[in-house]
Amino acid sequence: MNARLVNEFRSIVGDAGLVSGAEQLRTYECDGLTLFRVVPELVLLPASTQEIQAIVKVCHRERIPIVARGSGTGLSGGALPVKGGVVIGVSRMNRILEVDVSNARVVVEPGVTNSAITAAVSPHGYFYAPDPSSQVVCTVAGNVAENSGGAHCFKYGVTTTYVLGLEVVLSDGSLLSLGGKGLDQLGYDLVGAFVGSEGTFGIITKITLRVIKKPETTQTLMAAFNSSSEAGAAVSGVIASGMFPAAMEIMDRLALEAAEAAVHPNYPNCQALLLVELDGSACEVELLMEKVGPICQSCGAWELRLAKSEAERMAVWKGRKAAFAAVGRISPNYLVQDGVIPRTALPRILGEIDRLSSEAGLRVANVFHAGDGNLHPLVLYDRRIAGQEEGAMKLAEDILRLCVEAGGSITGEHGIGEEKKQFMPVMFSEADLDAMQRLRSAFDPYDLCNPTKMFPGTDAKVQRPVAYEPHPIEIAGLAQRY
Amino acid sequence: MSQARGQNNEAWIELSAIVGPEHLRPATPADAVDAVQPSGVIAPGSAQEVAQVLRYCNSAGLAIIPRGGGSQLGLGNRPRKADFVLSLERLNRVIEHAWGDMTVTVEAGCTIDRLQCVLREHGQQLGADPMQPERATVGGVLATAESGTMRIRYGALRDLVLGLEMALPDGSVIKAGGKVVKNVAGYDLTKLAIGSLGTLGVITRAVFRLHPIRAAIGTYAATLPTVSAAAKLVLAILDSPLVYTGLQIHARRADQVLVHVRFEGIPESLQDQFVKLGRIAGAHEFAECGGEVWTERQKLFVNAASSVICKCSVLPSQIGSLCDALFRQAEPAEVAVTLLAQGTGLTEVRLDAAGLQPLMIALRALRGEVDRLEGTLTVAQCPIAMKGDLDVWGTVKDALPLMHRIKQKFDPGQTLNPGRFVGGI
Repeated sequence: MNARLVNEFRSIVGDAGLVSGAEQLRTYECDGLTLFRVVPELVLLPASTQEIQAIVKVCHRERIPIVARGSGTGLSGGALPVKGGVVIGVSRMNRILEVDVSNARVVVEPGVTNSAITAAVSPHGYFYAPDPSSQVVCTVAGNVAENSGGAHCFKYGVTTTYVLGLEVVLSDGSLLSLGGKGLDQLGYDLVGAFVGSEGTFGIITKITLRVIKKPETTQTLMAAFNSSSEAGAAVSGVIASGMFPAAMEIMDRLALEAAEAAVHPNYPNCQALLLVELDGSACEVELLMEKVGPICQSCGAWELRLAKSEAERMAVWKGRKAAFAAVGRISPNYLVQDGVIPRTALPRILGEIDRLSSEAGLRVANVFHAGDGNLHPLVLYDRRIAGQEEGAMKLAEDILRLCVEAGGSITGEHGIGEEKKQFMPVMFSEADLDAMQRLRSAFDPYDLCNPTKMFPGTDAKVQRPVAYEPHPIEIAGLAQRY
Repeated sequence: MSQARGQNNEAWIELSAIVGPEHLRPATPADAVDAVQPSGVIAPGSAQEVAQVLRYCNSAGLAIIPRGGGSQLGLGNRPRKADFVLSLERLNRVIEHAWGDMTVTVEAGCTIDRLQCVLREHGQQLGADPMQPERATVGGVLATAESGTMRIRYGALRDLVLGLEMALPDGSVIKAGGKVVKNVAGYDLTKLAIGSLGTLGVITRAVFRLHPIRAAIGTYAATLPTVSAAAKLVLAILDSPLVYTGLQIHARRADQVLVHVRFEGIPESLQDQFVKLGRIAGAHEFAECGGEVWTERQKLFVNAASSVICKCSVLPSQIGSLCDALFRQAEPAEVAVTLLAQGTGLTEVRLDAAGLQPLMIALRALRGEVDRLEGTLTVAQCPIAMKGDLDVWGTVKDALPLMHRIKQKFDPGQTLNPGRFVGGI
């Protein structure tokens, strides 16, 4: 980028808000999906909405592509920089602007973390329901862009249910307020349209969220099974009994091993573990939980363990939420997938995944939100072995096709981003995609916001990672890698 | 245009060819929308036929009024033009109740009652109770975002819809969302369609997520001496961990205000919740009452041709001051007020008076109060004579140009419901 423009951006955000050194820029070359990398021209870290507007106006004038970034924990490459573009990081805008307990509303800046919302309202007995596993790090704006989910969506829904108002900067630099604190604002539900648009509509500068009252009681049961299919049958049994659990999660042998190695949650030693969480009035939860155990046993559960204290319950969830990262302990590389299937197809699809896995000669660890049919197969591989990465990608693709054939989706909560854009035509017709493009062009007629993402046919010119490259400070002998 | 001439013109011939002559009939005065008389009523038999009708009308410059059960036709501004009513009456099937997955796929013209009846066979329900369920259709309640009293627990319709099929004015049939409860692939066009009053496309099919019907349901009522005491009690219930599935204030007089609470669950937990409710209510005593109080909203619309009915949205903490202001202003103006405020802050108000003048004054005062609270007010029903001078929606703030751009992208010929939605859309 030419010096004149760099200086113009510097005059907006100051030295502290500008990242331009070649090594520093590499911090931003990818997000949680490390398979694709693009080094941005410049990274800008504005401290206010006015600064974001000023940056976007320059980008608009110069037709420079913009990629917004929260904490970079996304798993589909949504925050992957665009060649020749700038990255706008919102992490410095991290204030909670208003906590309105009597209306159960919170107004925040985009860089506030997911966990910080619950922390702010917890003393008043409230919580923020969407709970992606990265919640202590990921930002609310990132959650809004990706329409993030979590383990408790089956009962509580995903991010879009909780976003009531947005303030956004569109690609021409104009500031727009959508929705508000009250329900049912006039006109089209543009907040609903914006949530999940993966940074392609504009940049979020303020968010009004709904929080909900904590239930009187929460109980979590662990049930040990000899197979994921048995655990899946228990999930159907619980649903058929008319219960509406807050969460139902299954982890298989490989995922359990990884979680145990990483955070020692002390899970039963089994082939498949089912977590069932019930919440609500103490009276009801206690009576219903007495029924869950026998349902699990009738499907083959050989050990039932109810978390006895809040600390035990937290440990159970810590293990579950650490599972993705923990897989790094049992495999040098892995791909995370996010397909969704109708829950009743679970046993069949799990069998199919097993078959594909052995055909490809690659291990697949399964962690999934069983209640809502959201699978997270983790394809394990070793990049150093020639052909394994390609094999893993092929296997991950085959799993996604299975999900779509079963009437499901290619992504339940991670988003399309760079990763799955070529799969959009598997799920959507040309007319469906055309309708989406019409909406996009109404928001961003200049195609400046995250332009190469989400839709097929755009070459992002990504680089694939190569073998480990030592950092300059390693080469200089100033640091050592263990 | 006379009917005789109308039925022989090119449009009639073309449209008959699409749906078959038996599904195109001349419109009667009962088909008029805000006294704007269409020439015909057309009833396509498939989403493709809906799309073909739209494409033809779009190319011929004819305006279409999509219609489900017709229970909410009074909503919106007077259409600029209305050539044909497009009735979804033939698209009325429940396609698939996947009860193990707790989802249902249903056509847009199916009534809410019929849908719930099918779901009940497997102990499930759509977590919404829109008005006039025997008439209201899936497509109609989605287009008007009419959720009902269960919303406070189960969420709005926008949160219950997993996917939609829509016919667009360019003749395409598109699918938005999907069939599974979690899906973030592509833009969420379902949100755009819900509450858009049929101005972007015609919903032909919907997929919903479902909830189990609980074993026991109980409704409880307390009578409070002032609206502010009732509003305070509602806030206390909202701030409690009680698992209510309905919470509303119902008042015809400022000094006799009912608070209704609904619990659902197993019988033991109902009793437990009732005891806890008593503790929160203190001196205000709750007693069990019939579940028909949840249809009071719909009763507002009975014999309402000369009444004004408004849908207001304020914050829960503002319900008290809104209701207070209403009764304070209504009395000297000799206007009778009936109000139903949901715990969500969504409040319906019916105003009755002798003559248009006092109604107009009361409506202006109410709108003034809602504006002061930074809420919204939509006139859902008013005498036709009032519609000329009134924008029933009120003013949309800075997002209106973007809404116009979106309308332009989906319906550039203004074929669908021209002029009925916000800002002239």
